Amino acid sequence: MATRVTTEPSHEALGLSPDDLRAMYRTMVTARLIDEAAFRLNRQGKAPFVVPVSGHEGCQVGTAWPLRQGQDIWVPYYRDVAVVLIAGMTPYEIFLGLFAKADDPASGGRQMPSHWGSRRLGIISHSSPIATQIPHAAGIAYAAKYRKEDAVVGCWFGEGATSAGAWHEGLNFAGIHRLPIVFVCENNRYAISVAQPMQMAIANVADRAAGYGFPGVVVDGNDVLACYGAMKTAVERARSGEGPTLIEAKTYRFFPHTSDDDDRSYRSREEVDEAKNQDPITRFATTLKDAGVMDDAAIEAVWAETKPKVDEQIDQAWNAADPDPSTLGRHVFFEGDDG
Amino acid sequence: MTEKNVVTAIHDTLHDEMAADDRVVVLGEDIAVRGGVFRVTQGFLDEFGEERVIDTPLAEAGIIGLAVGMALHGLLPVAEIEFADFIHPAFDQMVSEVARMRYRSNGDFGLPMVVRAPWGGGVHGALYHSQSIEAFYGHIPGIKVVVPSTPADASGMLRSAIKDPDPVLFLEHKRTYRLIKGDVPDEPFEVPIGKADVKREGDDLTAVSYGLSLHLCLEAASRLQDEHGVSVEVVDVRTISPLDAETILASVRKTGKAMVVYEDNRTYGAGAEIAATIAEECLFDLDGPIVRLGGPDVPAMGFASNLEQAFLLDADLIAERMLQLARF
Repeated sequence: MATRVTTEPSHEALGLSPDDLRAMYRTMVTARLIDEAAFRLNRQGKAPFVVPVSGHEGCQVGTAWPLRQGQDIWVPYYRDVAVVLIAGMTPYEIFLGLFAKADDPASGGRQMPSHWGSRRLGIISHSSPIATQIPHAAGIAYAAKYRKEDAVVGCWFGEGATSAGAWHEGLNFAGIHRLPIVFVCENNRYAISVAQPMQMAIANVADRAAGYGFPGVVVDGNDVLACYGAMKTAVERARSGEGPTLIEAKTYRFFPHTSDDDDRSYRSREEVDEAKNQDPITRFATTLKDAGVMDDAAIEAVWAETKPKVDEQIDQAWNAADPDPSTLGRHVFFEGDDG
Repeated sequence: MTEKNVVTAIHDTLHDEMAADDRVVVLGEDIAVRGGVFRVTQGFLDEFGEERVIDTPLAEAGIIGLAVGMALHGLLPVAEIEFADFIHPAFDQMVSEVARMRYRSNGDFGLPMVVRAPWGGGVHGALYHSQSIEAFYGHIPGIKVVVPSTPADASGMLRSAIKDPDPVLFLEHKRTYRLIKGDVPDEPFEVPIGKADVKREGDDLTAVSYGLSLHLCLEAASRLQDEHGVSVEVVDVRTISPLDAETILASVRKTGKAMVVYEDNRTYGAGAEIAATIAEECLFDLDGPIVRLGGPDVPAMGFASNLEQAFLLDADLIAERMLQLARF
C-alpha cells in the first residue's frame, strides 16, 4: 500500500531557505493571478479557451520545485501553469499561448492554450488525448539513463489519466527498467465530471504503484511543503538510480474543468466552498507567518507587486503578432536546422 | 554485390547502422532473446547488449510511445511491431503524437524514429497476421510510409529511414522476406524515400504496384511479353506517402494506359489515391480507362489455403486484366 505523508515538515528540515519559501509563494501567487486574468479575458471575449489552475498551485509548485531548470525534463499536462513557470516559462509566454500568437513558444498558435512545450526549456510538447505523454516520459527517462545523464524526468497528470492504457504501459516500463522518473498525480477528484468512485475502485491512485514495483506516496496536495518533501525524496531516489516513484497529491480545482465547462452540473457549491477553505495559497501564507518568514504586509506586497507585472505581460502578449496563415503548411516535415 | 533475400537485407542493414551509430536502439516484442519472430534482429542482443536491444512488454501503444520519448531525447529508435496487424492499439500514438509532434510544436520538436512492421498476406496468417495497413497511415500528413519490395530497396530505404529526421513507417511484406532474392551492394548506400522506381520498362501500358503485388505484376508483364508481345511498364511505388506522382505520371503519359494493383481492400486503398492522381493529372493522355485491381472488400483473408488464395491477387488474373487493357 502507498505511504502517506502526514507530518508537517519544517522548511529547515527540507533544506529550504526563507528566500526559497518567498520565491515559492510568489510563484503560487503568479499562477493564481494568471488564472484570474485568463478568466477575465475569457469573459471579455479576448481568450476563447482557458484551462484553470486555481487550487492546484500547492501541489504544482511543491512537486516542480526540486527539479532543475536546464537539466531535468518536464512532461506536464494542461493544468500545469505553475509547473511551467518553474521550468522557466514566463507569464508573457503563457499569454502568447492564450492569445494564440505567432511567438507562442509551445506551438506558434497552433495548439489550444495550456498545451505546453519548449525544447529550450526541456518542456515536452503534449497533445489533448489523455495519458499519451506517459510512455514519452518513460522513453525520455530511458534515453537519459542510456546516455548516462544526470537528469530526472517529472511527469504530471490528473487521476483520470490513470485509467488509460498508455498510463499503465508507461509506468510498467519505467518500473521494469528502474528509470529516473517521478510520476505526479494531481488528484482533484474529478475527470471533468466523472468523480473518482466512478473512475476507480480504490481510494488512492498511489496504491497502483505496487503493481509496478516502485513506491507510491499519498500527500496533501494543498500543503506545498509536504509536496516538496515527497518530491525531493522521489527525485533523490531517481537520481541515485533507485527508480521511479508515484506521488499522488490530493487536491481540488476551484474552477470548472475549462472555460467551456459548467461544473454546477456535477459539483455542489457547498463542496467547492468547503474545498476553498483548504486553499493552498492561504495555507502556505499561514505557514510562512507562523515560521516568521513573512508577515501580513510582506504577503500583501507579493500580490500587489505581482499583479501589475502580470498585467503588463498580458498587454505585451495581446499586442504581439498573430500567426501568418501562409505558414499553415510549414513544419509538417523537417525544414533544416533553422526551419 | 551479394545476393540476399529481403529479410537478410533488412537484418544486415539494421545491424550495420547499429554498429555505426550507438544512438540507434531497437525495441519491440521478442526482438532481443528470440531475435524477432522473423529473425530480423537475430544476434543483436549478444553483439549490442540489452540497453540497445530491448524486449518490451506486450503493449504496442507503449512501444511507439517509448520510441517517441527516446527520439525526443537524442536516440534514434527503430521500433518493431511484431505484425502490422497489431499496430492498431498504437493508432493514437501514431496519429496524435508521432505524426503531429513537429507540426504542433511549430518545428520545435522532431521525431527521428522508425517503426518497422511486417505486413501482407500469403503466409497462412489469416485475419490477424495478414493485414495491409498502409492506407491508414498514408492518409496522415507527418508520417512517411514506405513499402520496399526488393532486397536492395529494403536495405537502401531502411538506411534512409534511420537517417531521416522525421518518423518513417517501414512496412515489410512478409511473403517477400524469403521469397524475393536480389543483389545488394556491399557498401552502405541509400535509396531515397519519396521516389518511385520503374522496375520494368515498357510501352503499351503502365502497372503501378508495391509489395508482393509488385512481383506478381512483374511476372504477369513478363508473361505478356512472351505470350502476346505486349510491353508492360511496371512502376514500383516504394513510398506510399509522400507519393512520387511525377514518376508514376511520366510512365502513364508515355504508355497511355494505367493499371493500379494492390493487395489491400480495394475501397479507399492506396491504389484509389494513385488512380485519382492519374485521373486528375493526365486524363487526356489516357487511351483507356484506369484499371484498379485490389483485394476484395471483405474484412480479411481466411486461414484455409483456398480462402487465402481467393482473397489474394495472382499473376494469372493480373495478366488477364493487363491483356484486356492493352487491347482496349
